[in-house]
Amino acid sequence: MTSETIDTQLLMGNEAIAAGLIEAGCQLATAYPGTPSTEILQAVIDQRARAGVPLHIEWSVNEKIAFEVALAGSYSGKRSATVMKQVGLNVAADPFMRTAYLGVKGGMLTIVADDPGPHSSQNEQDTRLFCLQGRVPVLDPASPAEAKELVPLAFELAEKYELNLVLRPTTRICHSRQNVALQAPAAAARTADFQKDPTRWAATPAFLPALHRKLNDKLAEIAAEPVLQPRLRAGDGSRPRIALVAGGIVFGHLVDLLADLGLEGKIDLYQVVMPYPLSPPFVDRLQRDYDRLLILEETYPVIELQLAHPGAVGKQSGAVPREGELTPDRVHEALADFLGLEGPSAAAAERRGQRPSLCPGCPHRAAFFSIKRCFPRGIFPSDIGCYTLGMNLGAVNTVHCMGACISQGAGFYQAYRQDGEPPTIVVTIGDSTFFHSGIPALINAVIQRAHIIVVILDNATTAMTGGQPVPHLGIAADGSATRAVPIEPLVAACGVDFIEVCDPYDGERFEDLLHQADQHTRAVAGGVAVLISRHGCIMDPAVRSQQQRWRVSIDHRCVGCRKCVEAFECPALVMTGEGGLAKVDQDRCIGCGTCLPVCPVGAIVKEERA
Amino acid sequence: MKQQIIVSGIGGQGVLFLTRVIAQAAVAQGLPVLTAETHGMAQRGGTVLSTIKVGDFASPLIRTGQADVGLLLWEANLPVHQPLLKPAALLLVNAGRPGKGERIDATRLARQFGNAVLANLVLLGLAVRHEALFCSAADCEAAIRTLAPPRFVDRNLEAFRAGLLSAP
Repeated sequence: MTSETIDTQLLMGNEAIAAGLIEAGCQLATAYPGTPSTEILQAVIDQRARAGVPLHIEWSVNEKIAFEVALAGSYSGKRSATVMKQVGLNVAADPFMRTAYLGVKGGMLTIVADDPGPHSSQNEQDTRLFCLQGRVPVLDPASPAEAKELVPLAFELAEKYELNLVLRPTTRICHSRQNVALQAPAAAARTADFQKDPTRWAATPAFLPALHRKLNDKLAEIAAEPVLQPRLRAGDGSRPRIALVAGGIVFGHLVDLLADLGLEGKIDLYQVVMPYPLSPPFVDRLQRDYDRLLILEETYPVIELQLAHPGAVGKQSGAVPREGELTPDRVHEALADFLGLEGPSAAAAERRGQRPSLCPGCPHRAAFFSIKRCFPRGIFPSDIGCYTLGMNLGAVNTVHCMGACISQGAGFYQAYRQDGEPPTIVVTIGDSTFFHSGIPALINAVIQRAHIIVVILDNATTAMTGGQPVPHLGIAADGSATRAVPIEPLVAACGVDFIEVCDPYDGERFEDLLHQADQHTRAVAGGVAVLISRHGCIMDPAVRSQQQRWRVSIDHRCVGCRKCVEAFECPALVMTGEGGLAKVDQDRCIGCGTCLPVCPVGAIVKEERA
Repeated sequence: MKQQIIVSGIGGQGVLFLTRVIAQAAVAQGLPVLTAETHGMAQRGGTVLSTIKVGDFASPLIRTGQADVGLLLWEANLPVHQPLLKPAALLLVNAGRPGKGERIDATRLARQFGNAVLANLVLLGLAVRHEALFCSAADCEAAIRTLAPPRFVDRNLEAFRAGLLSAP
């Protein structure tokens, strides 16, 4: 299956998956960034010189689009992959579900990164369960190296069965590093050859029952694929008629734990590589050979549900915690309970440590501070991105899913309007999120006559995920120039009459424009007002080097009221000055000077650097 | 050889770079290594933790009370991450005041090399001075040369040596 190893490198799971895509001859790779999946496409970009075939790479505008572009690549007979985080699959659900019935031609791989915990997501949904509902085979790697090994295998099976396959790494695979072997990439490029077949590619309801039947037949066949059968590490018979069944990174936790407890090779241990469709011979064997089973999987009881074994315990039975990451400590507790061993000594209460904050100098902080100052009683729907952290300033009241803030703002308006004059509603949405799914919501707000302020936080990047290009910059994934789609004409075309642009560092003008926007929303003939808050992301070295860097300090006038650390919440403002007064942490301050207005006694001062 | 290491800090302190340097030193010796890292929202100044397991392991995560070495770049994380350490673990802390573990004001030293972020390599140097890690000073320097952008290599090595040669 794999050719000779040419090098062994320390790779992050996401980089390993990217290497797998390059080596397997993937010709279209598409993604929308989202933690923990982002570095996969980034690594495809970084490794593209290794590709033995022509390779189109794109940061698509959203996951649905990413999926559909890759899908047509597959219809053309080429290998394609699309990458997203678990909630991105919700956005791509529509084409994903139909693809199960229609199938693919060239191997297609949908890589969906789950986030048990969650660490950086709005939920901890399980893509394996999504695949069960969508009838899509899904592979669950247990290490970065295994994730890479599964990529060429998945492409081969996708072509053999003409099915889209899902590879489901979790955060602990994506963001783990390991020694990973690299192979030479496949050299054979394919020629695009779309075979027209309307009964399949444009299947009307008349054709769907047959396609559905065919899908069910294929699922039965792939479930019996020898290479995808659960892998047994047999015990020595000292603990008969019990077995452990695990998948994904939890299998790794279990292997290490058994070694620590001296139980390695004592108990039958199965690794389930393909949790859906679960192999029927495997299910039969467990029914026949074991009285008791412990099932360890993240995040939902997908294997456990399909096994329906009377002696199985796991998440469904309640023997294993149903929520949160299945850490090695939790695996230890579950195993100790199952085997009647002494459990771990009571684990220390979980502490969270320091909460994250917007970076020092972040333009979003300045915008949030002004919004909160102008409308202390406003309603502030916001969205997914770094700017979610505006909640630390009290300027973010709702965070739901990509693009929801504009529709939620409109919904608040409709609800409050029935009872009289609504409060000021200020929606904040990032530039990348606006393109992803804010535009239909903005059109809807306009045509439903919602009177709300929409602040587009334009920092010219997808900051939260590490700075992927956005459509209004005119930069493609590989760094080449492409056509830019600017925000202002788009907003105007959505039917918005009030459009202003302002750097939030200019707090005075920004607040003046917010008040003008408020008047627009309160006028009978008014409607949606859009204020574009424009200042580059401070993580971008070019932005930092181009802006004035003041020496900011706090003078003797400080009274220790804490307003600066609480209402402005910049990590560079700390209360560790002499006598418990505020001071500026010069290691962290970037000298933007946007904090000056927050001090009620004017003790924060700035001066030119020597 | 089996060793379990934690690296603790807050987003922006170079925890990820320090993790990679240690893991690269393992790869260069041909040792199997697994790391787990914090990415995403927490990187914006929140508490972050990396775990490194060198030797024959299958999982990158460390159970409570199993880590052999702790490198703490942010002293306030001590109550959060200390439970991961074995009672006999070697603990190295970036702090200017006395307290638990072997301590060094790595941030103050790093400022002399122009960037407080270099505290990460100062602390690594201290760990090597205490022979806490599976790798030698030469292994670490080779890993730094492999991973650091060329124009920063010299400053990174200076920071590492400052920790390595710091007065006991």
